[in-house]
Amino acid sequence: MSSLLAEKTQARPNPRQEESAKAKGASPRRTTAVTFSRGILGVIAFLAVWEIAPRAGLVNDYFIPPFHVVAHTWWEMMRSGEMEKHIRASLVRSAAGFFAAIAIAIPLGAAIAWYRPVREFLTPVLEIFRNTAALAILPVFTLIFGIGETSKIAIVLYACFFPILLSTITGVAGVDPQLLRSARVLGLSPVATFRKVVFPAAIPTIFTGIRISGAAAILVLIAAEMIGATAGLGFLINYSNQNFLIPKMYAAIVTTTVLGVFVNYALVALERRFSRWRA
Amino acid sequence: MSSRITLENVGQTFWVRGNDDKQLREFVALQSLDLDVAPGEFLTVVGPSGCGKSTVLDLIAGLAKPSGGSLTIDGKPITGPGLDRSVVFQQYTLLPWRTAQANVEFALEARGGLSKKERAERARKYLDLVGLTEFASRFPHELSGGMKQRVAIARSLSYEPQVLLMDEPFGALDAQTRERLQEELVRIWQRTGTTIVFITHDIEEAVFLGQRVAVMSARPGRIREVVAIELDREAAVSGRERDLRSTREFADYRHRIWSLLREQNLRAPAPADLPDAIDDKELTRV
Repeated sequence: MSSLLAEKTQARPNPRQEESAKAKGASPRRTTAVTFSRGILGVIAFLAVWEIAPRAGLVNDYFIPPFHVVAHTWWEMMRSGEMEKHIRASLVRSAAGFFAAIAIAIPLGAAIAWYRPVREFLTPVLEIFRNTAALAILPVFTLIFGIGETSKIAIVLYACFFPILLSTITGVAGVDPQLLRSARVLGLSPVATFRKVVFPAAIPTIFTGIRISGAAAILVLIAAEMIGATAGLGFLINYSNQNFLIPKMYAAIVTTTVLGVFVNYALVALERRFSRWRA
Repeated sequence: MSSRITLENVGQTFWVRGNDDKQLREFVALQSLDLDVAPGEFLTVVGPSGCGKSTVLDLIAGLAKPSGGSLTIDGKPITGPGLDRSVVFQQYTLLPWRTAQANVEFALEARGGLSKKERAERARKYLDLVGLTEFASRFPHELSGGMKQRVAIARSLSYEPQVLLMDEPFGALDAQTRERLQEELVRIWQRTGTTIVFITHDIEEAVFLGQRVAVMSARPGRIREVVAIELDREAAVSGRERDLRSTREFADYRHRIWSLLREQNLRAPAPADLPDAIDDKELTRV
């Protein structure tokens, strides 16, 4: 069986050869096909275990219904529009909080990294808030904003805010000083330097934070909806659980998973698009 | 197209904290340094590691202010960076998210006063000058080190500065690429008539390029001697195969400067002190 040892030490062109051939070392197409089908096989194996274990009586089929039951329930919920209602509620909340966090955290992070007094003034306060868990502060938000949409959007905003803020600070502060020197030589104004040199250089780092926030947005929202809501996937999970609608609960869980996978993929694709210049 | 640069009695000190005793103290990088660069001249500066070569360049570029003395360009004091001067750094300093052409246009955007189309045309013209016509749409990571430095040179020349300051621009390149770029630089200099101040630690490079070679002394840096080089560079760069570097005159000049530097090194601090004496820049990039 091909091991890491064989993989890492297999014959391949060295960087100078790659440069002179203007190409990158690659594996034959067959290998990619094998990789892909093995991955699919893994997923099928997992679903098969899920299907067979309850049927064979290895686990209680009331608590863990076979996969086809969950899939059927999910399909029924999709057809009746019940699932769509919850998905929409969750998506609107997490998107609102997520984009609000981007809109606030990026300018603030840039200001913190750019202006030393701002940095020195705000760093300790932000450090305090950063270490206050989002869910710990949820009751406060519920007290202030009530049980409606605002408190949920606020909690998502809070959870998404810090990864983006910190990555913006890191990205802006980490810009290559040589690039700044060359901008000064060209007599670029500070605003133009920021716009044309610092911000583009920071974008890949900022995106790392945005990706982390994308995952956090869904995670925190589900938890918040479990605590107090009348719609949303978190509510659906909690509600079905309490009413012993176990297949529904699994359908909701699977939906959050699929949602998370999609959001992450979309953000990775976007990140790649903005970071193409990175070798 | 060219300017006279005059440095009089220039001194530069920095605050440093000792590695061993953690004491804050003054570090004298340059002391009473005098230098005169004629309009249109190609001057190279050599000196032992850590003698303050790059500091001199930063001062002329206006990136730093001297602690003492005066720097003037055509009689006007240097107060900050300006578009009459341009700098080529060792690390290329290209914007990695812009193509070669867009990197040249970047300088023109900073200069202002040109339409988008004019900028593109001008960028093309200078990429032609450095022989990168076909690579205009490549990103820096798709270019070799020598190509990147040529883009940087094209960018520096594109806004037609009167003085081109170069800080060991070919230091990170392999020997063959370096020789080719040296010849190209001499050709560009002859064509544009720009004043060039070129810093290097490579004696051969200094002799090959410079009409005059300024030899700096070890810390605190000052100009020890300026050697005028009378070589027939024309033949070497015009493509007629003549190996200037292997001629007798070249060897004599090389030896002369080598001896001057050797004297400096003998008087320089003991090897134990050496890591301290290496430029920060060299340490971070090597």
